[in-house]
Amino acid sequence: MWRALLGRIKQGHRTVDYPAETPILPDRFRGHPILDPARCEQGCRTCADACPTDAISALEGGLSLDLGRCLFCQDCVDACPQGAIHYTTEHRMAARRREDLIIRGPVFERAQALDKAMLRLFHRSLKLRQVSAGGCNGCEAEVNVLGTIVFDLGRFGIQYVASPRHADGLLITGPVTENMKLALKKTYDAVPPPKIVIAVGACAISGGPYAGHQEQHDGARSVVPVDLFIPGCPPHPLTILDGLLALLDRLGPERMVNVVPPRSPEDDEKLRWGLARAEDAVKYLGIGPKKAPKQTPPKE
Amino acid sequence: MTPALLRMANGSAAPLDQLPHLELDAFREVVIAARSRGRRVSALFGVPRGEAIALYVVLADDDAGLLECAFTTLAANRYPSMTPLCHEVHLFEREIAEQWGLLPEGHPWLKPVRFHSSYRPEHDAWGRPAGTTPVVGIIDFFQVQGEEIHEVAVGPVHAGVIEPGHFRFQCHGEHVYHLEISLGYQHRGVERKLVAGPAKRAIHYMETLAGDTTVGHATAYCQILEALGGRHATPRGYALRGVALELERLANHTGDLGALAGDVGFLPTASFCGRLRGDFLNMTAVVCGSRLGRGLVRPGGVAFDLGDSRITELRRRLDAAERDVRNAVQLLWTAPTVMARFEDTGKLTTDLAAELGLVGPAARACGLRRDVRKTHPTGIFQLIHLPVSTTESGDVFARAYVRWLEIERSIEYIRAQLGELPRGAVRRDTPTPGRGNLAVSLVEGWRGEICHVALTDDLGRFGAYKIVDPSFHNWTGLAMALRDQQISDFPLCNKSFNLSYCGHDL
Repeated sequence: MWRALLGRIKQGHRTVDYPAETPILPDRFRGHPILDPARCEQGCRTCADACPTDAISALEGGLSLDLGRCLFCQDCVDACPQGAIHYTTEHRMAARRREDLIIRGPVFERAQALDKAMLRLFHRSLKLRQVSAGGCNGCEAEVNVLGTIVFDLGRFGIQYVASPRHADGLLITGPVTENMKLALKKTYDAVPPPKIVIAVGACAISGGPYAGHQEQHDGARSVVPVDLFIPGCPPHPLTILDGLLALLDRLGPERMVNVVPPRSPEDDEKLRWGLARAEDAVKYLGIGPKKAPKQTPPKE
Repeated sequence: MTPALLRMANGSAAPLDQLPHLELDAFREVVIAARSRGRRVSALFGVPRGEAIALYVVLADDDAGLLECAFTTLAANRYPSMTPLCHEVHLFEREIAEQWGLLPEGHPWLKPVRFHSSYRPEHDAWGRPAGTTPVVGIIDFFQVQGEEIHEVAVGPVHAGVIEPGHFRFQCHGEHVYHLEISLGYQHRGVERKLVAGPAKRAIHYMETLAGDTTVGHATAYCQILEALGGRHATPRGYALRGVALELERLANHTGDLGALAGDVGFLPTASFCGRLRGDFLNMTAVVCGSRLGRGLVRPGGVAFDLGDSRITELRRRLDAAERDVRNAVQLLWTAPTVMARFEDTGKLTTDLAAELGLVGPAARACGLRRDVRKTHPTGIFQLIHLPVSTTESGDVFARAYVRWLEIERSIEYIRAQLGELPRGAVRRDTPTPGRGNLAVSLVEGWRGEICHVALTDDLGRFGAYKIVDPSFHNWTGLAMALRDQQISDFPLCNKSFNLSYCGHDL
């Protein structure tokens, strides 16, 4: 027992102070993408052709990107000769409506809280049953991580429970395979109303890389109504946490404004050299002492 | 007398016309004699060849570090099963039966694997009429009968945040006589979509075959393309792939040790390792932006380079994580409550492990020296030899302890690599695949041997692409480990294997 106690002291306090502190994500983290249609050449569809999941539309009406399909890979960024698409390290991407995930302009309509009646029930206590319906264990792992001491989901009153009958809602991952469709439906039916459904990851929103396969159903909406969409492949744990907290109105008004990911000419220059947010690169989320000593930015 | 087989190195390609075409009897003989000749079956699969189906086999010769390949063509839709004489092919034969409607006569356990209809609608191994769709989980489960014998069914939706699968226990009180595992819930139809590729989604399929093994499967795939294209990745690319592969192993092994601690109610290590797993994932994110290594491994090398400051940062994190992991894991071995639960639980003998064809830590925990990094090295592992970590006892403790040994060695390895990365580019172009070739690629993922096999057609497209996740070999090991155990030890035994559902179901 003494060893365990000593270990406890050595391991230290590790819980991140989210949402009070804004996390600093790795400089190479691919968060909210930014489109700059002004750079597009007439009739060019290179990015749309390169996208593995057809998330990008480059029609006459202008460039748009569907976060619900996006795998957050580099394929479009690498393909575009004009640099019209780039990723920011903005992790907040959850949305309440499927159409809000399609980004065109600079402002992202972020997820709003549940209505008052629902908030009365769930604001301080939300029990979720997780169902993996064809997920690759990427989303499942990142969902699971929220239960560790780093994120300590329990302090927000959110908990994953063992039975749908104990749950207030479902958290679904995976494209909904044909072989999981019935199990998902039965699990949903077993949750007592009122209930909410959260779709986590590109698969659960749109089928992800499996969209169109006959063995699956292109996401959770094929079976159940969805109240919150959390994009990513997989989403960063903080993207999921932000979505959950936004839904439960636990972020405070100052953090509920719509997301405008940063972009400036200097940013562009830094991005070009792979140095975006370089000064943040050495400090990371959830590890080390809270006040990390100032360190020199990486030079490459 | 064994017929001549095509012997090739891991990560190489050969023209298909060099592949010996055996008669069925000779082919069976090759597979059945594999174990007595010191070989393992890495892959056995069917490919349409005109109207008929050809069976391809890849045997691993761990002593010589070579792979042996051959094929046969089946005139009829049935063949005498090899399983009774070579147990390790039992699931391969079931898979072939399900996909192509070939009946392995005399198979003792012929049940669907993934519950999809036959890829040749007019041929069905179970004689189901064309157009009917099998219902997942509906099979003739093995049953034990007798007074007070009862059955426990678990899944597909489990209590924890894990993937779906169905487990059927035959119990007498707490005592488990038999466990049958029925999967297929995660079947997404990946292999079929790879045919006629490589298409733009291919690398993304690889990264999500088993999301926790992104680097492992992506590396196996890239090795296939490099072999078919006839051009290696760059030395620096190889070294960085090695670093990423070991980071993946570190994250998952650390997470597993924490979860094992959690399953015996030892919360200090469970909490510490839960956090430390994330620290290793965050190191991968320093390299490529994704905690799981998405977007990192690409044909010809890797997509991201490491500069000096990034290397310094990785080393700093590695040192800190090593100190904390050592502290957290040592608590396990010194806590009698933990050791009492780990030791002699879920035991497998060395013989049984070899007979079932187990791979990875589960095999090494039974004393089998099976580690692709050592026996069939590619890339950086050809230059740096990692010792194979084995223990003998084959129980939960052994599977946990092998992971700890590998954690120590992976940390050492990464530290050494970061100090001496080869200079030059991280990536170069890979030529388009050659026509009419066969390529085989093995990678030691954190769960064990990942095997990819590709056949190209006359246009250089994939005629067939076979994926064997280590879980495909190992699920039966878990079922056998549960025999004569307490049912309450199932979570512990399950976690000690920690197999992939989606990697199995594809």
